[in-house]
Amino acid sequence: MSEFNAGGLPREEGPPRPDDRPAELPDGLMADDPAVSDAPAGPHRVIGTPPPAEARTMLGLGDPGGPGAEPAVQRELPADPPDLDRAKRAERVVAACFIVSMLAGIGFIVAYLAFQVHSVTAALHSNLALGTAMGITFLALGVGATIWVRQLMPDVELTEARKPLASAAADRQAFAETFNEGADASQFAKRPLVRRTLIAATLPAVLAPVLLLRDLGPLPRKSLDFTVWRKGLRLIAYGSNRPLRPEDFDSPGGMITVVPEGFQDDFDALAKAAVIIIKFAPGELQAPTVLNWTVNGIVAYSKICTHVGCPAALYEQTTHHILCPCHQSTFDAPRGAAVIFGPATRPLPQLPITTNAQGYLVAQSDFNEPVGPSYWERS
Amino acid sequence: MSTERALEGVGGWLDDRFRGAKGFRTLFRKIFPDHWSFLLGEIALYSFIILLLTGTFLTLFFQPSMTEITYHGSYLHLDGVRMSQAYASTLSISFDVRGGLLMRQIHHWAADLFVAAILVHMLRIFFTGAFRKPREVNWLIGITLFTLALVEGLFGYSLPDDLLSGAGLRITAGVLQSVPVVGTYLEFFLFGGPYPGNDIIPRMYILHVLVIPGLLLALITAHLFLMFHQKHTQMPGKGRTDQNVVGAPLYPYFLAKTGAFFFFTFAAVALASTFAQINPIWLYGPYNPVGISSGSQPDFYMGFLEGSLRIMPAWQTVIFGHTIAWNVFIPALLPLGLIMTGAALWPFLEQWITGDRREHHVLDRPRNAPTRTAIGMTTIAFYGVLWLEGANDVLADHFDIPLYTTTIVARYAVFLVPIAAYIITKRICLGLQRKDLNLLEHGVETGIIRQLPSGEFIEETRPVTEEARAVLMSRHEPLSLPAATASDASDASEDEEAVPAPDMRGGIGKVRERLNKVLNESVPMTGGHGDGYGAPHGNGAPHGNGHDAALGNGHGDNAPAAVPATGDHDTQPGS
Repeated sequence: MSEFNAGGLPREEGPPRPDDRPAELPDGLMADDPAVSDAPAGPHRVIGTPPPAEARTMLGLGDPGGPGAEPAVQRELPADPPDLDRAKRAERVVAACFIVSMLAGIGFIVAYLAFQVHSVTAALHSNLALGTAMGITFLALGVGATIWVRQLMPDVELTEARKPLASAAADRQAFAETFNEGADASQFAKRPLVRRTLIAATLPAVLAPVLLLRDLGPLPRKSLDFTVWRKGLRLIAYGSNRPLRPEDFDSPGGMITVVPEGFQDDFDALAKAAVIIIKFAPGELQAPTVLNWTVNGIVAYSKICTHVGCPAALYEQTTHHILCPCHQSTFDAPRGAAVIFGPATRPLPQLPITTNAQGYLVAQSDFNEPVGPSYWERS
Repeated sequence: MSTERALEGVGGWLDDRFRGAKGFRTLFRKIFPDHWSFLLGEIALYSFIILLLTGTFLTLFFQPSMTEITYHGSYLHLDGVRMSQAYASTLSISFDVRGGLLMRQIHHWAADLFVAAILVHMLRIFFTGAFRKPREVNWLIGITLFTLALVEGLFGYSLPDDLLSGAGLRITAGVLQSVPVVGTYLEFFLFGGPYPGNDIIPRMYILHVLVIPGLLLALITAHLFLMFHQKHTQMPGKGRTDQNVVGAPLYPYFLAKTGAFFFFTFAAVALASTFAQINPIWLYGPYNPVGISSGSQPDFYMGFLEGSLRIMPAWQTVIFGHTIAWNVFIPALLPLGLIMTGAALWPFLEQWITGDRREHHVLDRPRNAPTRTAIGMTTIAFYGVLWLEGANDVLADHFDIPLYTTTIVARYAVFLVPIAAYIITKRICLGLQRKDLNLLEHGVETGIIRQLPSGEFIEETRPVTEEARAVLMSRHEPLSLPAATASDASDASEDEEAVPAPDMRGGIGKVRERLNKVLNESVPMTGGHGDGYGAPHGNGAPHGNGHDAALGNGHGDNAPAAVPATGDHDTQPGS
């Protein structure tokens, strides 16, 4: 059938298909088919492809059937498909599809009742059962409906005339006059005082919704410039919340994430204050790393990537590269976390650290520059 | 007989009150042309309906709150972990609500399908020229819908407050920060203070479930109404003109077909959600600003933005004590802005360049608008390179390419691949035009070799079918622009008054003329065996390079070119 074939692709070569030929249609159809029965050309039914010359009006255009005694509508769609045996077979297939769909629908109900959830495995089993049932329900409906359209409904191709979209000149003229009449009657054009004060009146009202959005949040002011780090605040390991001593790092190695003590659950603070510390062998750390800010080869950098603020969480021990997994900005850990690849523009800021009287790692101060992504007010 | 049946009872009751008989009769017989590519928009529509249905279900259980709780639920791996209520309720939907996991996964798959279908649908519209007059406004609505869909998707997958989507939000915050002058204000107003704050989930929630869906629904309604009112376009074919619509009526054909298609769409999404896990947030864990996982990939439609951020060189300016983060600002806005603005302006640009202000209802075959098709492919290539770069870590891992190499390659490829795509596409289109001409002139090769009495061997061909012929002949010679200069005009025809058209004067006129030549580049419909350019023909005196001789520089009427006649091909055998 041609429903899905009627577009830009050339139709397959070959003998004309039976349903293109009115002469082979069942008798019942021919009677009211003007193309076949030489009936006076009335409203027009076209089976197959109409001759291009006759782009004929079919719908709601012009004179709908005339004033006279003609029936309101002439039959345009055949009542039956050409091959009734084939249709009979299609009917059974369609019905079978719908029965499958119904059974699957019942299966969905059963699965809902039978499969309980409350654990990962149970939820996955329930998902499998419900999803399969639902999928088959809709799939069978879709298949059935498609076969119905393509095999049971008689193939038809109608042509509808397309009106130009622009209105007729007279209509436009009438519209313009009506519009102008209204404008005149409203006195809007004639009385500038009314017009201007009306416009003036709406302006503050329009601004009000914008104004109302002001309290969506506080102004940033200087808050992006600082973190919660301050002199003497202990570095604690993220996760275990354990304060750290330099001796805990017996050998150079991996990177651990630390947070300021007391802020381990404060997301707003951590979003800027998360820090990574890495232990280096003596002599490995080089400028521009500030050695006065390190303790026994332990250096602390902001974990917040200077690109768009993802945690720079990957560390390659052999090359000492810190990599941000979001956009792959790469920082050279022994050299002040300078950028060696990627879109970040600035090194990860270094946190000045030292040890306190008890030998724990503490901050000497806040970072001496803003951490995280660049922003307009940052100098 | 059937009249009584249709109008008795409910029908009659309704018609007594609303007078719908005539309108509905017209509606029933509204003609819908068929082509597989017309289904793409339907996929988008049906995905949207599925999203509304499943989304409503999810709102019954989801708690859009960032209040921290300690989890003691069905997912034992996270027992005792602190998390937001949003995340906990998402776990609960997944593991404690029957069908909840299925609905979540259908919602997510349908969202991906929604955006994908819109994308491909837009490409179809572009490549077939369906955006041309009178459908420019609907094209603009479509672009707005696409943009809204991207935002809707981003907000939607951020709602569960898991570690993966949290990284996306963090990037969103960083991108907002990079906006010159107002960036930090935008960030603080969106997040209700410093990132992450406690407001973003509820705010995104109301945008995601009410504001944006409301806009989408309104615009989709407008989109469909306009499509309905202006009637559907149709592919070229026998009997199809700009003055008609050929196809099957709404009732019962289109209704049944489209109903079936809705079920197919739903079935596809349901089966995907059954057998292909999507967004298993319980594996990612709850959000915290310190953690992140490697291989973080956003949903596919955000991939090109991700790639664009990745390939950008580290540019930044500090001026008068202010920082401009070009490295974030440019890649976040430029590619999307370029594609969307370009797409929005294109219908008007094309109209201006071609001077074609006629209504078009028969679609272009992409080959018949080689430059437009090439520009479309250029855009796809540009988008594609950025999209691939958005997954460069995955590519590097799978194909054992050094990570930085992928980025460096992409930095060049983002310029070179689109250019190559343009050139190659145009060549292919022109080649296909030649093939079409060849088919029209020589017919279809049958594979039958015959020996002539003279001993010569020839291959028999047979003419193409009527239907194929109509398709092949759907290409028209382009309109000619008004004459640019007096000398040009007098050159070509004597009845032209030597007055330059106002549009064509000055620098802009020159640009327009140049663009017109590029845009209208095609294999001439008449003359020769598709030997391409330069063969002057007709009475149009070629001005300048022979390249353009075929482009309808005649200043008379430029009626669609005659069929390449078969008569003048004496070499053609067997006809």
